[in-house]
Amino acid sequence: MNAPFDRRRAQAGPSRRDVIVTATAAGGALLVGCSPTSLMALGAEGEVGAFGPFVKIAPDGAVSVVCKHIEFGQGNHAGLAAIVAEELDADWTRVGWEHAPANAKLYANGAMGAQLTGGSSAINNSWDQLRKAGAAARAMFVQAAAARWDVAVSEITVENGVVSHAASGRTADFRELLPDAAKITPPAEPTLKDPARFTLIGTDRVRRKDSRAKSTGETRFTMDVQAENLLVAMVAHPPRFGARVASFDAAAAKAVPGVVEVYEIPTGVAVVADNTWAARQGRDALTVTWDEAKAETRSSADILTRFQGLTDGSAALAEGESWQAFESRGDVAGQMQGAAQGEALEIGYDFPYLAHATMEPMNCVAQVSGNQARLTFASQGPTLDQLNVAKVVLNLPGSVEIETLPAGGSFGRRANFQSDFVVECVEIARKVGKNRPVKLVWTREDDMAAGYFRPLVHHRVKVVTDAEGYPRAWSHRIVTQSIMKGAPFGGGGVDETAVEGAKGSPYLAATPHVDAQLLTPDIGVPVLWWRSVGATHTAYVMEHTIDQLARRAGQDPVDYRRALYQKADARRHLAVLDLAVEKSGWAEPAPEGWTRGVAVHECFGSVVAQVAEVKMENGEPKVGRVVTAIDCGTAISPNQIAAQMEGGTCYGLSAALYGEVTLTEGRVDQTNFDTYRVLRHNEAPTVETYILAQPAGAHPTGVGEPGTPVIGPAVANALLALTGEAITAQPFVKA
Amino acid sequence: MAATLDVNGKPLSVQAADDTPLLWVLRDELGLTGTKYGCGIAQCGACTVLADGAPIRSCLTPIAAVAGAKITTIEGLGGDHRLQEAWVRLDVPQCGYCQSGQIMSAVALLEQSPQPTDEEIDAAMSGNICRCGAYQRIHAAIKDAAGQTPAADTQTQA
Repeated sequence: MNAPFDRRRAQAGPSRRDVIVTATAAGGALLVGCSPTSLMALGAEGEVGAFGPFVKIAPDGAVSVVCKHIEFGQGNHAGLAAIVAEELDADWTRVGWEHAPANAKLYANGAMGAQLTGGSSAINNSWDQLRKAGAAARAMFVQAAAARWDVAVSEITVENGVVSHAASGRTADFRELLPDAAKITPPAEPTLKDPARFTLIGTDRVRRKDSRAKSTGETRFTMDVQAENLLVAMVAHPPRFGARVASFDAAAAKAVPGVVEVYEIPTGVAVVADNTWAARQGRDALTVTWDEAKAETRSSADILTRFQGLTDGSAALAEGESWQAFESRGDVAGQMQGAAQGEALEIGYDFPYLAHATMEPMNCVAQVSGNQARLTFASQGPTLDQLNVAKVVLNLPGSVEIETLPAGGSFGRRANFQSDFVVECVEIARKVGKNRPVKLVWTREDDMAAGYFRPLVHHRVKVVTDAEGYPRAWSHRIVTQSIMKGAPFGGGGVDETAVEGAKGSPYLAATPHVDAQLLTPDIGVPVLWWRSVGATHTAYVMEHTIDQLARRAGQDPVDYRRALYQKADARRHLAVLDLAVEKSGWAEPAPEGWTRGVAVHECFGSVVAQVAEVKMENGEPKVGRVVTAIDCGTAISPNQIAAQMEGGTCYGLSAALYGEVTLTEGRVDQTNFDTYRVLRHNEAPTVETYILAQPAGAHPTGVGEPGTPVIGPAVANALLALTGEAITAQPFVKA
Repeated sequence: MAATLDVNGKPLSVQAADDTPLLWVLRDELGLTGTKYGCGIAQCGACTVLADGAPIRSCLTPIAAVAGAKITTIEGLGGDHRLQEAWVRLDVPQCGYCQSGQIMSAVALLEQSPQPTDEEIDAAMSGNICRCGAYQRIHAAIKDAAGQTPAADTQTQA
């Protein structure tokens, strides 16, 4: 999940309204008044060892950091482990990691009040918590050594997992001191290190711990779970969103060798078999008739046409629809009226539905006995999954056991308010019963046609400028489906995930007259956050519009941005822009045949600037060198920050160039990689990452998503410089 | 009906029908889960294994088609192949799901062309999708394993 990080909420805890809404979602009015975390943990059994919920130390002295966040590629385990190791002064080569079990009470995301990974918040919300956890464990070893050697605590030092007393020359490692240290009560407020004395954080030693297992095939993903008596399930899903099973004939499916049983479940017809191939053949042999009375039957082209009409006035608002202001000041209407003919820049932008298309399609393993459920899978939001599963098996959320495995990618897909594929698996496991494990496998086609897309979005922007060419009045309209509608927490008001990045933009801050509004029509297509969420479209609109305005003003796009950042006092934007400009050689001509484009965007607390070198090759844009500058606070793992800039850039570039899901009369047109084009090896750019230096101890911010939204506008701006034409729709390359 | 497959140097008897894709026999019957399912239509490369040294997409290859061939999966590389070492050295994997297929395609490439050019790497690797976008490090790791220019650090503290 990629809900925006809210520091205020992280400090204050969830509001009372959240408590009630969450309680309702859990299905028990009696639960109102509990704090959400204790509510969601009701029925949970959690054992915490001597060193607290986040640190385990084995008898041989090896340290394991318990990660409350899922590892789905972003390398957060390395950063989380390094925070603990730094404060513990552990031997980094003997520090490992493991996923925490589902337990909202112990492992809630401090930014969300639920156990969830998203919003690029893993490191951000764990920073203080894990520093304390590491420091507390260190203090226990220090105290144990002081007592054993009968010396003062202040004379003890710890380095690389070795506890020493210099005056007497005595040393002991964690293994030797463990029995004593484990008996000491952890200090509630341990003394933290002076960040200027960090020896691990920020160094190239902070590398992934899972590269070898992921290079040998040993890493166990959900798809790889094997167990005695395991059944594999596949489900025939309706061809349109909102359709249901009317009737089905299972005779041919049951005749397939290996097929064990066929069940109707709320989401379709499930075939359960001894192995994956039998399940697939059985599923293909089903005959299902669908009841499409309540199905969504619109085409995406029609939805887009209506969205466009809603911003140009040619389409009327339907009942229940209304515009919501998300930023407004001054008198935009008056300024627009007073503008001379042709003075305003008016432009519409269109963004298609996008599939996450993780390499590992959605899947889950569940076993149910009575109202007890145990799940083994890549749970991105254990709290959501516990709530939704509890409703199926009629038990308390905390009673649902979840063992989290690493995921073959998520990009937001695995955290949704309905826990769609998880609940589907539990429905089947409940039919099977007897605690027998059932592995639900989705094919690529199942995964891509299931929806939960990045919503289709339309923007219309109208800007009039002052005598120097800077924005004087800015009208902004966004039409998109709401992601947050139906959320068990939050809700009401403007859907921030639809406007983030436009709202709060330094360009709007630098504009005296602003009228920015959002409209969120209801459409029966499930939508969800998609790596960088609102920024997937707002960054493009803001950054590409700014380059067009700079061009009209006859200014260099870098100089034009600098002036606006100064007006808005956007110092972090200015700093990363300057860094990217310096490292890219912006002042010098681009290499022969290449054209440069620049873009800057703040996303989940980090600010990224990119300068991309682009050329046209065989009629398609080709992106070469991409210089990236990032301000992400304290850099814990420079190597993994670079990896996220490289990967995030590819993910964003894939969408900008090729990504598009269309619907024809409600049916998803692209169901596999033959029609849903994604970036391939020969199309990948070369990303250089430069991390802005920070004062010691600066709070770290996220890196999983901020690398994604900047490349699209950087490339569009290069093409604007090359051709003089704005690009008003993604993807740039049409199928 | 029983068939015999030569997998990672061992003759293995399998019960699956002749038309069963090799992928599912490797994974479900032989327990070799390092080879992944990604698309089922030979578009993503996650299921890549070697048959007599040539990369094949096991998701679309019926076992009857590889009877008598020497099949090598990621497990057959031994864990310390020079490409695997380069993958670890450069921290190539992110989610890691596609990496078995990536490495098998790279093994075939280096067998064919021990000193591949950038263009040869592009051509050999473009059938393997990585949604995390680890392409840059995959490219660098292949060159590294081939003993070519060490990959420059891609990140700097400014």
